[in-house]
Amino acid sequence: MSHFPPYTSRVVPLLINDVDTDQIIPARFLKVTDKLGLGQNLFADWRYNADGSPKSDFMLNKPEHAGAEVLLAGDNFGCGSSREHAPWALRGFGFRAVISTSFADIFRSNALKNGLLSVTVDVAVHHELCVLLEENPKATVTIDLASQSLALPNGKQIIFPVDNFSKTCLLNGVDELGYLMQFTDRIFEFETLRR
Amino acid sequence: MNEPKTLFEKIWDSHVVAQEPDSPAVLYIDLHLVHEVTSPQAFDGLRKRALKVRRPDKTVATVDHSIPTLTPVLPIADPLAAKQIQQMERNASEFGIRLYGLDSPHRGIVHVIGPELGFTQPGMTIVCGDSHTSTHGAFGALAFGIGTSEVEHVLATQCLLQRKPKTFEVRVEGTLAQGVSAKDIILALLAKIGVGGGTGHVFEYCGSAIRSLSMEQRMTICNMSIEGGARAGMVAPDDVTFAYIANREYAPKGKAWEESPTHWRTLKTDEGARFDKTITIDANSLSPMITYGTNPGMGMAISDRVPDPARVSDTSQKLALEKSLKYMGLQPGQPLLGKPVDVVFIGSCTNSRISDLRQAAALLKDRKVAPNVRVLVVPGSQDVKRQAEAENLHRVFTDAGAEWREAGCSMCIAMNGDQLEPGQYAVSTSNRNFEGRQGKGGRTFLASPLTAAATAVTGKITDVRTLLKD
Repeated sequence: MSHFPPYTSRVVPLLINDVDTDQIIPARFLKVTDKLGLGQNLFADWRYNADGSPKSDFMLNKPEHAGAEVLLAGDNFGCGSSREHAPWALRGFGFRAVISTSFADIFRSNALKNGLLSVTVDVAVHHELCVLLEENPKATVTIDLASQSLALPNGKQIIFPVDNFSKTCLLNGVDELGYLMQFTDRIFEFETLRR
Repeated sequence: MNEPKTLFEKIWDSHVVAQEPDSPAVLYIDLHLVHEVTSPQAFDGLRKRALKVRRPDKTVATVDHSIPTLTPVLPIADPLAAKQIQQMERNASEFGIRLYGLDSPHRGIVHVIGPELGFTQPGMTIVCGDSHTSTHGAFGALAFGIGTSEVEHVLATQCLLQRKPKTFEVRVEGTLAQGVSAKDIILALLAKIGVGGGTGHVFEYCGSAIRSLSMEQRMTICNMSIEGGARAGMVAPDDVTFAYIANREYAPKGKAWEESPTHWRTLKTDEGARFDKTITIDANSLSPMITYGTNPGMGMAISDRVPDPARVSDTSQKLALEKSLKYMGLQPGQPLLGKPVDVVFIGSCTNSRISDLRQAAALLKDRKVAPNVRVLVVPGSQDVKRQAEAENLHRVFTDAGAEWREAGCSMCIAMNGDQLEPGQYAVSTSNRNFEGRQGKGGRTFLASPLTAAATAVTGKITDVRTLLKD
């Protein structure tokens, strides 16, 4: 059975460019020694008022987006700090994929290691999805990693790029450390040669 | 003859342990730096799998992000920070890793102590669970930040799975004018290419202006490579590099030292090697730089005016600028010169080394901090702190009315109690002006140590060149 079956979900638009990982999870929440509970502080400074109540105009707090598992983000999502707490917080909140026109390198690498799919689309598709969500905020998309396809609310199928290695790891639940450890002899050989 | 290679390609190629078809390379790591914030979950992972640290001798840990900078540092008031630091101590002891802990006279910001103690050397691959690991590229090393899963991978195997990035030549030619420094070069680059301009690439900084910089200035530039989206930035090593490394505690010694420069001199981009991208910056034309927005790419010459969103044609860029100016409480077209600030922060892995403190002290000597401003001077390491005190710089700072602190990341990331209050403005020598980075609701202008010191004196954003003329 696939570890990453196709799924259909509503989409939360957060159409801001260059969202940095300090916004995704502010540094004061990094004083943890585990990965738990970060979801409640996802986008904390945008999501909550000073008294801790939810800001009604923030996208994640709108009732029509409740339960959405896909985030539609602006360009260069996840820039800045290398904190893996960012994908932990997104996963903890319930997101399984982020759609954007581009992602910061470290964020994308961290996301894939936590089962958070980064779906890169071109500007035209991004715009089309924005328009469709404006028309119907409860519209859904379907993401299928196996066929690398994104189905827009109007039925249009988009093929998105994923490198084969990450795809195989995600679909088969292969753990990257397990893969690396298969190279133990080669690593030893490399160290011996350089000594 | 072999095909010409870039500096990056030489280091990459010599560290590939294995490269299976259609898979990332298995890349060997020579030095793994570890700190308390991004490592606890990685050590937990090792415990769950009953794994050891493969090469404790290539692993160096310190505590920097969560630690107080008040004297005395102990006790730590924040129980979460205290627990995180204790966890680092426990993990280092259990896994046999060298730790520059709270009691170490050499502790400090991980990117300050690595070079200072001689761990950082040309030709190495260096990683740390911290995006500013790019700092170490100043020595002609391939150094980049990684996530916590990857920290676990390196602890267990001394290797990482990596896809080969592209290369981006940043050529800086000419001579910097008085009052203009390395920080202004990197802020000018970021203003040109934006925070995503280097994504997928490794920068190599070259040209006459880079060659004339000290190692500490080169570190300032490489440090902020990540703010342009590039995971790493590098400078080919030269005599300046070798002179810096000589005699440091973990530098090669004796015969090894005599032989090292022969190899290190080969670490440069060959004539005819090709970069995927290139940009040239004219150092002669640079002014002191300052940021006006909420990412490090939103920067301008200090005498310029805040840009007007109405003049930006791209819709999403216009929205980003409007959002930034609203957060910053700034009007389109307003000058920043003369704007009062509440705090000046001199510190961080970008600008907390001895030469940064000397520059700030030279300006503050026989002057006073303006009464409306709180000034924090936070040395990058306890070694920097002792050196500054040996030169009596701390007296200059305290006599002027600034706070002289213990080493740490401090107000750059505001995890340790050093933070801005909501709405406060700061001129900061750190690397990030993101919303809330220096404290929830705080508003940051990034600038050089010289600009920060000049602003401390007048209490408002100041072109340091006006004070240098006195």
